Amino acid sequence: MNTLHFALRMFRRDWRNGELRLLALSLALAVAAVTAVGFFTERVQQAMVLQASEVLAADLVLSGHDAIPDRFARQAREMSLQTATTLGFPSVVMQGDRTRLVEIKAVSPEYPLRGELRVRAAPDLPEQRIRQTPSPGELWVGTQLLTELGLDTGDRLSLGEREFRISRIISRDSGDAANLFRLGPRVLMALEDIPSTALVTPASRVHHQLLVAGAPERVERYRLWAEDRLPRGGLSLSHMSNARPALRSALDRGGRFLGLAALAAVLMASAAVALSARRFVERQSDSSAILRCLGCSRGFILQTLLIRLSLLTLLASLAGVLFGYLSQFLLAGAIGDWFGPELPLPGMTPVVIGFGTGFATLFGFTLPSMLRLGSVPPLRVLRRDLGAPPANAWLAALSALAAIALLMLWQSGDMKLATAVMAGTLLTITLLLAAARLLIRLVTPLRHRGDSVWRYGLAGLARNPALTSLQLAGFGLGILALLLLAVVRVDLLNSWQRTIPEQAPNQFLINIQPREVQPLTRFLQQHGLENGGIHPMLRARLTRINAHTVSPDDYASDRARRLASREFNLSWSERLQADNRILSGQWWSPDQTDQPLFSVEQGVADELGIHLGDRLTFTLASVPIKGQVVSLRSVQWDSFRPNFFVIGTPGLLQNYPATYITSFYLPPGEEKRLAGLLQRFPSVTIIDVSTLMQQIREIIARGAVAVEFVFLFTLGAGMLVLYAGIQATREHRRQESAILRTLGLRRRPLLLAVSIEFVTLGVLAGLLASSCASLIGWYISTELLVLGYQFNPWLWAIGILGSGIGVGLAGTLATYPLVVKPPLETLRG
Amino acid sequence: MSSHSNPGRPVAYSKKLEKTVTAPGGTLTILQHLSLALFPGEALAILGASGSGKSTLLGLLAGLDLATAGEIRLFDQSLGSLDEDQRAGLRAGRVGFVFQSFQLLPGMTALENVMLPLELSHHPDPAAGAREALDQVGLVQRLGHYPSQLSGGEQQRVAIARAFATNPEILFADEPTGSLDQATGSHISDLLFRLREESGAALLLVTHDQQLAARCNRRLLLENGRLSSLT
Repeated sequence: MNTLHFALRMFRRDWRNGELRLLALSLALAVAAVTAVGFFTERVQQAMVLQASEVLAADLVLSGHDAIPDRFARQAREMSLQTATTLGFPSVVMQGDRTRLVEIKAVSPEYPLRGELRVRAAPDLPEQRIRQTPSPGELWVGTQLLTELGLDTGDRLSLGEREFRISRIISRDSGDAANLFRLGPRVLMALEDIPSTALVTPASRVHHQLLVAGAPERVERYRLWAEDRLPRGGLSLSHMSNARPALRSALDRGGRFLGLAALAAVLMASAAVALSARRFVERQSDSSAILRCLGCSRGFILQTLLIRLSLLTLLASLAGVLFGYLSQFLLAGAIGDWFGPELPLPGMTPVVIGFGTGFATLFGFTLPSMLRLGSVPPLRVLRRDLGAPPANAWLAALSALAAIALLMLWQSGDMKLATAVMAGTLLTITLLLAAARLLIRLVTPLRHRGDSVWRYGLAGLARNPALTSLQLAGFGLGILALLLLAVVRVDLLNSWQRTIPEQAPNQFLINIQPREVQPLTRFLQQHGLENGGIHPMLRARLTRINAHTVSPDDYASDRARRLASREFNLSWSERLQADNRILSGQWWSPDQTDQPLFSVEQGVADELGIHLGDRLTFTLASVPIKGQVVSLRSVQWDSFRPNFFVIGTPGLLQNYPATYITSFYLPPGEEKRLAGLLQRFPSVTIIDVSTLMQQIREIIARGAVAVEFVFLFTLGAGMLVLYAGIQATREHRRQESAILRTLGLRRRPLLLAVSIEFVTLGVLAGLLASSCASLIGWYISTELLVLGYQFNPWLWAIGILGSGIGVGLAGTLATYPLVVKPPLETLRG
Repeated sequence: MSSHSNPGRPVAYSKKLEKTVTAPGGTLTILQHLSLALFPGEALAILGASGSGKSTLLGLLAGLDLATAGEIRLFDQSLGSLDEDQRAGLRAGRVGFVFQSFQLLPGMTALENVMLPLELSHHPDPAAGAREALDQVGLVQRLGHYPSQLSGGEQQRVAIARAFATNPEILFADEPTGSLDQATGSHISDLLFRLREESGAALLLVTHDQQLAARCNRRLLLENGRLSSLT
């Protein structure tokens, strides 16, 4: 008989008598978690990108001040992509003798390719989604313009050489969110009406856009094609990855949440795998000794073991992949309509990652202890006390670490996150093991007090300190998973949702003149419109970094090229804004405010290659403004407060001409208040960002549901860890119960002693797990997701009480069959 | 079935064998200057009190452990020059074991336990061989039973069937009736000696049971780490 044949027979026997079931279940769960998350996140992220594309009204936008060359549209159509065209420019509308500067947006009938248009037929009629664009001769305008000019739908308005009828009030235009800074209220019209207005001449400053949308891989191919052919300086390309920072920030956080949730599930399942593997090794020691006795070589034993384990991994991974695939379908079905009718189908990558996870988990977490089976001395058949030699602790740790690192990288694709979670896990396990040892030492003296039941219960803990520590660490991990699921997850998601509080600023005011700052502040206060401060803003172009002249050609990335070619919004401030955080360097002290210093946002600094200590030169109307970078900041873009890539000291910038910007929250339905503001400050421009905010809120809400789903796997894995923890001492307990019963201990006190042991274990595990959960929650929240975190005292209450009761009950119930079993049966066993 | 050794030469042999272990109180000598030869077809009993080192001697002769000093030869091969895998290879198919605690694998049925050595020695039909062996010990009705479903005597019969299944040249038996009542023990002892007679295997029996030892051709007493002849 060859090794393979023998291994297959042994595998069948192992499987039949349940040796491998717990191991297989833990493994399948780890794989299911990874694949479900893989399949699901792939689909959701595609859907999220698709939704975020609504902000652009397309998947990709080519824009420029000159007409977009025809070949770009032609190529898009050849690649079976949809296209639409828009034209934007400022103009003046007239009604009688009244005029208003507006932003015209003329669109082709295909507009928008992503997202939607919502309109009202009259100010008091409900909003409705519409699948068409303005017909020739019609204008769609916003409420602001109607209010300002005292108009209603059906009224007529002159634009250029033509007169138009106001047919609808536009309340939502997905494509508008990307373009916040406008000179006046938006007016939407048909592209084919443009020639008749005679407003656009070759000399006009017009913003042309070609919108492109379609299947992701085609869009990507088109993007690569277009990027190579963009005329320098004249045309820019936008897609989701370089769209609004606020949206990108929401999407990034969503992705990180999902990655973390999946990691938690995989780590838990790995702990269950490690615990059940330990039990497998223990139970296989006898087989190995007998096989050695019967003449098997160590190599043969190891080979058959490896074949059995590989087969187990294959089957468990297959089951996990199938389960993962099916469960993501269930979820997609449940929330599919939120993502529109068609959630994109997942690819095959998660299958590969699923199988990879199966093998990495099993072999990483169990190989060192499994290899011990080859070294079980054959003498064990004569001396039961001889077992497998202990696994090399360094090898075991190294192997588990390598597996964790591999899994983390696969799962998160983010080195920082992977390192943080790995360090956190190691720290947690080390803490759990160390604390477990300490606690066992502390409770050991108590076993000499109290009655026999109490003594026996506590003696159970001190019986085998190494095993109890392991069991305690296992319980701790299981409870940790449940706590992370029950409490920290909710806190984190709440923190995430709080990043856009209900009353986050939804209106921006720009073009505020210096002389208007005081009266406007008063006006806002009088009307109860709270603002986050009025900030100065001046536009200047970055021309030099140290001695090097900045040119778009220096940069490869599209974003850097755009940043290098456009004007920056600079601001000055004495104090750091509340939603900014210094990442390196220092904010200026009060006595430095007249020195030439800059603080730069980290993302922009990375893109443009700006470092701490660099000397930057900005040019404003041919005047150079020079200063040194003394700090790099992170900015919470989704706070919806005015923020700036570059801030200078007041001494450096305040003598240059500037306008001011502010933001405030306007409750829905109170748009009429804006009319008063505009009448009082006619030169101020109002920008409504409520649409964008709504979209971000929706992304967060959907992301939160996805995260909750993924955490269910963590829950399952946590339960498995608990079960494996209980099973770890089952063999010892079986023998002991039989002996104690034989010696005359009745069932009730025996069960009571067992429950004392498990409740004590549960309470200790709960204490350790609550502390770790708080620390992990705090770390993830503040360091990884850059959110505020509040410690939750309920965590300890729930953790300690719940764990005491849960572990106590589960352990006692699991031991019950051993206690009621006739002792003779066990002793003969 | 492997070829038998030269009938004139011992199948197992030890010379000036010594085994010491490190104990909390210092070094403990279990066996000292111990010489012994087991010839083909011979039944040799080693008698001794509990803790006298009988099982240690059995383990050393079977190559399950290494001596501290002296020489051990199994099938004409010096065990001291072989590593553990080579010693295991030497046992494969040529050595059978019967233990006091049966040492059946709990996850395997009676049939599978007996099939195990046959599978390992490349038997053409392990299931048929195992069935035949179990038939010889009167357990053909219990093929599908697990050890926990068998009585102590039945478990030891399965162990005996497993030990003889490959038709070994030596059978090492460690207190084979030690866990059984007298009647069952006697039945097991009959079975053991009958099968040994039929197979012609040499037997090294370690026991403290005088009656059982009396059925062997030769008896030695292990006392204070040394052997003395009783016959």
